Amino acid sequence: MTDATSSLTAPQAGDASFGDYVSLLKPRVMTLVVFTALAGLVVAPGAVHPMVAFAAIVFIALGGGASGALNMWWDADIDAIMRRTRNRSVPSGRVHRDEALSVGLALSGIAVVMLGLAANWAAAALLAFTIFFYVVIYTMWLKRWTPQNIVIGGAAGAFPPMIGWAAATGGVSIESVLMFALIFMWTPPHFWALALFMKSDYADAGVPMLNVTHGRPATRRHILVYTALLAPLAIGTAFSSIGGPVYLSVAVAMNLWFLKGALSIWRRDDAQADADNYIVEKRFFRFSLYYLFAHFGALMADAALTRFGWGIW
Amino acid sequence: MAFGKDHELHQRRFGRNLGLGLVLVGFVAVMFGLTVAKVGDGMGQVQGFDHVLRPEMMPETAQ
Repeated sequence: MTDATSSLTAPQAGDASFGDYVSLLKPRVMTLVVFTALAGLVVAPGAVHPMVAFAAIVFIALGGGASGALNMWWDADIDAIMRRTRNRSVPSGRVHRDEALSVGLALSGIAVVMLGLAANWAAAALLAFTIFFYVVIYTMWLKRWTPQNIVIGGAAGAFPPMIGWAAATGGVSIESVLMFALIFMWTPPHFWALALFMKSDYADAGVPMLNVTHGRPATRRHILVYTALLAPLAIGTAFSSIGGPVYLSVAVAMNLWFLKGALSIWRRDDAQADADNYIVEKRFFRFSLYYLFAHFGALMADAALTRFGWGIW
Repeated sequence: MAFGKDHELHQRRFGRNLGLGLVLVGFVAVMFGLTVAKVGDGMGQVQGFDHVLRPEMMPETAQ
């Protein structure tokens, strides 16, 4: 009886819960995509119908989620090895790889076509390129090949505000490139901090992260260099047409704090980090999330002030 | 005879169907909202749907 019962009731391919399929879309990454795309849309000049704006955000998020599913399809072997990812739907066996591929492809198509119909085809083309970049350029090629994987691959995560801006304006401009650059430069220190406290995860999976190929002291140096390059870019954006007093104050405070964190990481070695269980690296990583949300939140706050006639520049 | 409690497998399948149903209802709502927004926003753009020529639809030419 037990054999027959277990074969009937044990989870099989196609028997995953709804939540398992939702988790394929990487909901936590999606919150970042939604927030930055919304910022791009809000700070763009001109008015967009609220329903069109809402639909644009939904389909940008869906496209981001679809690329997450395609990433999980391709990276199932790596995800099964890394502690951080081994409980994901595909490596844990709750969702079959082929299902992840089907979900990813179907949602990519729906998201791009619907964004084109809801907003415009420039935004849809940017979304299609983002999915292509994340899945083919980053996941299939860069991730397993070069320690520059997340430097170049970070571009995929940097596109959402540009897509939001394009959804509102129908094109690309210097302001949307600045928002892109902000996320692009923020990504390496964010991920390298994570790689430092994930210890041997990436090495075990054979992913050539910087800490695996060039060592951990080099990774600490790189975090400091990229953070130092990020700061003038982030503060300089305050003086563009999308910046304002709120953004300037937030950018100055946050970048000083971020630089201080990067300096602390640079000054430490692994013996110290092991002794306190990577508390500085973990704090820096957590702060980097607030950093990005605060910058884009401040841009939206300044856009709101300008709309109400309280803008200073 | 009372029905037995649903097996966890059936609960999971029900949850999945319910989730998909809600997603589809949401999609229909977004499509409906978009249609209302687009038609209301630019009524002029749908002129000519009945293939009847109107003078105001003709491109302006220099006199």
